[in-house]
Amino acid sequence: MRRIYLDNNATTQVDPRVLEAMLPFFCDKFGNAASRNHAFGWEAEQAVEAAREQIASLIGADAKEIVFTSGATEGNNTAIKGVAAMYAERGKHIITQATEHKAVLDPCHWLAEQGYRVTVLPVDAKGMVDLEQLKQAMTPDTILVSIMHGNNEIGTVQPIAEIGRLCKEREVLFHTDCCQTFGKLPINVEEMGIDLLTCSAHKIHGPKGVGALYVRRKRPRVRCAPVLHGGGHERGVRSGTLNVPGIVGLAKAAEISGREMESEPARLAALRDRLKDAIISKLDAVHLNGHPTLRTPTNLNLSFAYVEGESLMMGMPEVAVSSGSACTSASLEPSYVLRAIGVGDDLAHGSIRFSLGRFNTADEVDYVAERVVATVRKLREMSPLYEIAQEGVDLKAVEWTRE
Amino acid sequence: MPYGDKVIDHFQRPRNVGSLDKTSPNVGTGIVGAPECGDVMKLQILVDENDNIVDAKFKTFGCGSAIASSSLATEWLKGRKLDQALDIRNTDIVRELALPPVKIHCSVLAEDAIRAAVEDLRKKKGARSSAVEGNGAK
Ligand SMILES: Cc1ncc(COP(=O)(O)O)c(C=O)c1O
Repeated sequence: MRRIYLDNNATTQVDPRVLEAMLPFFCDKFGNAASRNHAFGWEAEQAVEAAREQIASLIGADAKEIVFTSGATEGNNTAIKGVAAMYAERGKHIITQATEHKAVLDPCHWLAEQGYRVTVLPVDAKGMVDLEQLKQAMTPDTILVSIMHGNNEIGTVQPIAEIGRLCKEREVLFHTDCCQTFGKLPINVEEMGIDLLTCSAHKIHGPKGVGALYVRRKRPRVRCAPVLHGGGHERGVRSGTLNVPGIVGLAKAAEISGREMESEPARLAALRDRLKDAIISKLDAVHLNGHPTLRTPTNLNLSFAYVEGESLMMGMPEVAVSSGSACTSASLEPSYVLRAIGVGDDLAHGSIRFSLGRFNTADEVDYVAERVVATVRKLREMSPLYEIAQEGVDLKAVEWTRE
Repeated sequence: MPYGDKVIDHFQRPRNVGSLDKTSPNVGTGIVGAPECGDVMKLQILVDENDNIVDAKFKTFGCGSAIASSSLATEWLKGRKLDQALDIRNTDIVRELALPPVKIHCSVLAEDAIRAAVEDLRKKKGARSSAVEGNGAK
């Protein structure tokens, strides 16, 4: 059976060029980068330092400011908890926003339990934070603002340069989770006033389980306490033997993304819009979730009224996408991100996230659009809600029996 | 989580999708669930003068297991006596479709829909609707 992968915001296929770059570091150059006394260690260290340069160059940073991690979950935890620990005397207030990934929200909630004060800013219907609200939320004891660049579920891109400027004015540190934009949108830590930045290899056709955290060393020098204690690797910020093959893979993935930055994001955005247009032109009652223009090139999130997301996915099993429906999540709750932008639970249940990557083609997008249209039509024929709505009844006015 | 073969079969070839005339005195209609909860089932039964269920139809908004549960329910309802409709238990549906624990609520909803359709019909027929027994055995 033909299989099409449109879930690239969850993870991506490793680019064969990345795999090729990694392979020598398993059986041949397998040394520990911390082994200072033999050639095995030196070649590993050399590869790691080259990777550091590579990552730094993509975001306008210095190599010394890059800390390798096991991914963005760890990067976010280290940035948030690490800054909180180091700056506690200065203040105990942290600001974030409602549609962050759980890897940001949960560390913040954890800190709240430890006596910190956390403000979670709301977002508007397009998923944008309000800069005026952010300004208002900042108090003298605010030490950190953590606001993501591109959202993983709805694609909305936050105005991080403006946020960075606001933070600079107030001398508050600014952390941004750039998982979904690193290698896809231009990022410059100087121009954008970023103090800490998280990224992850597996979102850019690199391997899983490796990422990087940028920690500013000049103007200001950011102090970040470790989450993992041990041998003192990565300048004490992250102990643990470096994942050399992973780091080499991350660097190769970043190099390719950087080189293709001129053309690839534009190609992806065109595919994204092609998919949207093909679906919306053939179906009624389809809603776009997230920002209509300020969104990541990879992400299209649509709600199909009167249809439940998991059944839609089941109706096209050869197409891999994801849904904000409760039925697809472990929590049995529909997506908190869609709730945060005011999407009703009924439409959240009928939401599908299509996310594109390097290996998707126009042909695949056309095929998926066709399958989506056919499946939605079939399910609507089966949907009592569609029938009731066709009769002109307002579904909101119906008294439902809640379980 | 892969789906069981029977769920896939009912999902791909749902039995008895459609609607019966809800204004007919011989048609009982049950609509249960809520859009915000992610599943709504409409189940209808048609009886002859001897209270034999001669037709059953459903429409379901919900996940594949909800669709399969209601499809199976209509299959089991056809040919039964009205009284015996209430013998269909959600646990039977769970067993037949091999539903995992997170999908048990789909079978409960199907049982509720059967109950609601029978009750609607009895109300229409002026029979003692209080004769519906076995509530809450889920
Ligand atoms: C925005 C965002 N932050 C954090 C993460 C977690 O990244 P990782 O899987 O590298 O821990 C993801 C991906 O799941 C993400 O999309």
